[in-house]
Amino acid sequence: MNKNLIALSAVAMLAAACAAPPTAAPTAPPAAAPTAAPAATKAPEPTKAPEPTKAAAPAPTAAPAATGPETIRVFSSLPLQGSSKSSSDQINNAITLAIASNSKDGVICDGKFKVDFVKLDDSTAAAGKWDAATEQANATKAVADKDAMAYIGTLNSGAAKVSIPILNSVKMAMISPANTNVGLTKPFDAGEPDKYYPNGVRNYMRVVPSDDLQGAFNAQWSKGLGAKKVYVLDDTELYGKGVADVYEKVAKEIGLEVTGRTGIDGKAKDYKALATKIKGLNPDLIYYGGITDNNAGQLLKDIRGAGIKATFMGPDGIAGPAFRDAAGKDIAEGVLATAGVVPKKLLPPEGQKFEDDFAKKYNLTPADFEIYAKYGYAAAQVTMAALGKVCAKDRDAVRAAMIGTKDLPTVVGKLSFDKNGDTTDTTMTAFIFKNGELVETEAKLAK
Amino acid sequence: MEKALSKPSDLSFFQRFRRIFTPIAIVYLVLLFGQQAGLEPGRIIREIIDNPVIIIQQVITGLANAAIITIIAMGYTMVYGIVENINFAHSSVFMHGTFVALLTMSIFAQGATVVPLWVALFAFIPAMLYCGLLNGLVERYVYRSLRKSARIVALIAGLGTDFMLQNIGLKIGDLGLIPNIDRTATGVKFLRILGLQSASPKSFPAVQEFFAGPGVPINLLELIDKNATLRITAADVMVIATALIAVFTLNWFVRNTRSGKAMRAVAQNPAAAAMMGIDVDRIINLTYIIGGALAGAAAVMFGVYNGTTSSQIGSTTGLNSFTAAVLGGVGNLQGAALGAIFIGLLSSISDQFISSRWTTAWVFLTLVLVMIFKPTGLLGSEGGEKA
Repeated sequence: MNKNLIALSAVAMLAAACAAPPTAAPTAPPAAAPTAAPAATKAPEPTKAPEPTKAAAPAPTAAPAATGPETIRVFSSLPLQGSSKSSSDQINNAITLAIASNSKDGVICDGKFKVDFVKLDDSTAAAGKWDAATEQANATKAVADKDAMAYIGTLNSGAAKVSIPILNSVKMAMISPANTNVGLTKPFDAGEPDKYYPNGVRNYMRVVPSDDLQGAFNAQWSKGLGAKKVYVLDDTELYGKGVADVYEKVAKEIGLEVTGRTGIDGKAKDYKALATKIKGLNPDLIYYGGITDNNAGQLLKDIRGAGIKATFMGPDGIAGPAFRDAAGKDIAEGVLATAGVVPKKLLPPEGQKFEDDFAKKYNLTPADFEIYAKYGYAAAQVTMAALGKVCAKDRDAVRAAMIGTKDLPTVVGKLSFDKNGDTTDTTMTAFIFKNGELVETEAKLAK
Repeated sequence: MEKALSKPSDLSFFQRFRRIFTPIAIVYLVLLFGQQAGLEPGRIIREIIDNPVIIIQQVITGLANAAIITIIAMGYTMVYGIVENINFAHSSVFMHGTFVALLTMSIFAQGATVVPLWVALFAFIPAMLYCGLLNGLVERYVYRSLRKSARIVALIAGLGTDFMLQNIGLKIGDLGLIPNIDRTATGVKFLRILGLQSASPKSFPAVQEFFAGPGVPINLLELIDKNATLRITAADVMVIATALIAVFTLNWFVRNTRSGKAMRAVAQNPAAAAMMGIDVDRIINLTYIIGGALAGAAAVMFGVYNGTTSSQIGSTTGLNSFTAAVLGGVGNLQGAALGAIFIGLLSSISDQFISSRWTTAWVFLTLVLVMIFKPTGLLGSEGGEKA
């Protein structure tokens, strides 16, 4: 009896630690009155000639002029809880702003359609970060919704891996403002990227460059800083391990000594033993491939606590104010990070204006600004341009128009996608934490 | 059946063969697949010969971690010893304690990143009071009415309470504002101490080291020998000392005080204890309150030692502590300490010599093996001494 109880308790305890009730609460923006005047949008010329019969509602009463515009739904799926919350919130705000300023109260195509933006949450409160089951539920929900034409997300590459194949089955476009894992679009691990596209067509694109570029950039920057011995860590997630793999490979190629490589358990309560081990190896630089949610703040605290003074560098997963909050302002000081974003001085004028407007509208200081906010805006710009072009409820046509985007002027510059769905802009920006703020810095690269 | 197995003379040939063969098979499998998980004896022995001091260093780290785990595990095991119920809300009570400690220390810090030691010591009072009260309330309003119902009902109610407290913890992160009395300006300025969002990890102010500046971990051995490579910090000493004090005080309390004796009486036979005039409800409530207060003490130690908390911290730390309690024999106070030391040492040694990627797997593999061969835990015995 006793024994059974203990075994049962252990199972329940594990369940409590691992599982969590999905707490997704989709919140639709308040519907505006359907009396909107026809919006002046781009000329509605469908590039890939969709079947009008497939798109038009078969009901005999479907006279758009009389009943008001039909709804086109755009979903976003981002972690709204955990360290990524502020990033996701800012991306969602940027999408809302982009939809509003590329339509007339959400109405496009001369009053034919009204864009309804729905925010989905792919995280759980208990996990504090994205969760595969929740992401799967979100993608399934989008597929089942016949009004849904595009899916903006995800923030995490691991989550994208879950939703791309689901959306691919109905050829629905998915555009990510932040995924950087290589294998999502290009050959990387076994079977990638084809296993994500069972339908054979590409439905996924991203407005940020992938980690093969970022990892290499990180490694070359490390050498440029004068590092000779590096220690490589990752958070054992698809994104973190992927970027750390590239880093390790490139670091070895350009002659850096990799003194060790391991993964950390993002749920562990501390990393003191690991820090002691690293101290014994005496590296000049420690590279962490991963996200802040996987306890990066604690990791750095324990590394500094062990008396290690080596430079700490990471990819875009730690490039945000959440890392400063997690590690503490003093500990985060001098931490280096990179991201595949356009530095402020290279932004087009509309991009600079967007940053200023956005900061003013949502009462943000530069220290609170998330790097991916404007990429959320750009992703929404691509979506809106395609919706305005197709002007029909045809998922495949919207997908084709989005992936065929060429030289679209956005807040991050002219945007085009290559055949894999990757952005052709590969600019990288280097960041440093200074006085609790993430500021841009010059990176000296060495090959 | 259990009894029969324990007498070797009753074993059939097959049973005897299985008894010998099973451990050998497990050792073989561990060595075979262990390589995948970083268990390479040759490399490990070489590393130990190269730098033997590192083992002592990792033992210190392991013991300091074990100290925190012990205190939480004692909360689980005490309650189990008395009412045979696993208090699933315990880990969340601990998590709430870390927030109380964080808020207390932040109020004193007033925006500074370093606080003197007395602030950390003071934080024990509100954290222990709060956690004791919270655990007492959980007992009174969740478990008490379910005491006579099936075991599983109380378990599920406990899990539900755990989730509820976890989500309240998430909301505590939203408070984020501590009145900051600005002496230069007039009026009260508000200070954001819990960061931008509720769920992200929160940072504790560091505790002033005795001999060095802030953020400089002092090596106590360096005070004696300038060239010491071994590193013992004030935080290590404080955490281990607090745990020892807590273990001995609790042991003394259970053995020598009136309430402690009443606890043991209730643990042995609640009906008989009630007939002797012991208020069983009060004693059970007291057990929960003491368990909660221990979680509060562990929360402060955790904050000082690790310096970070979040609303998820309860599930990991709680899982480790619960494992320690089960490993040592649930219901047995010494067992909890033994299990915690075992887990602490195994984790730090595995981080050093095997791979931190696999540490959690090794810890739970050990738990599974212990449960297979000694289901009552290392020191546990069915119907033996409790609490």
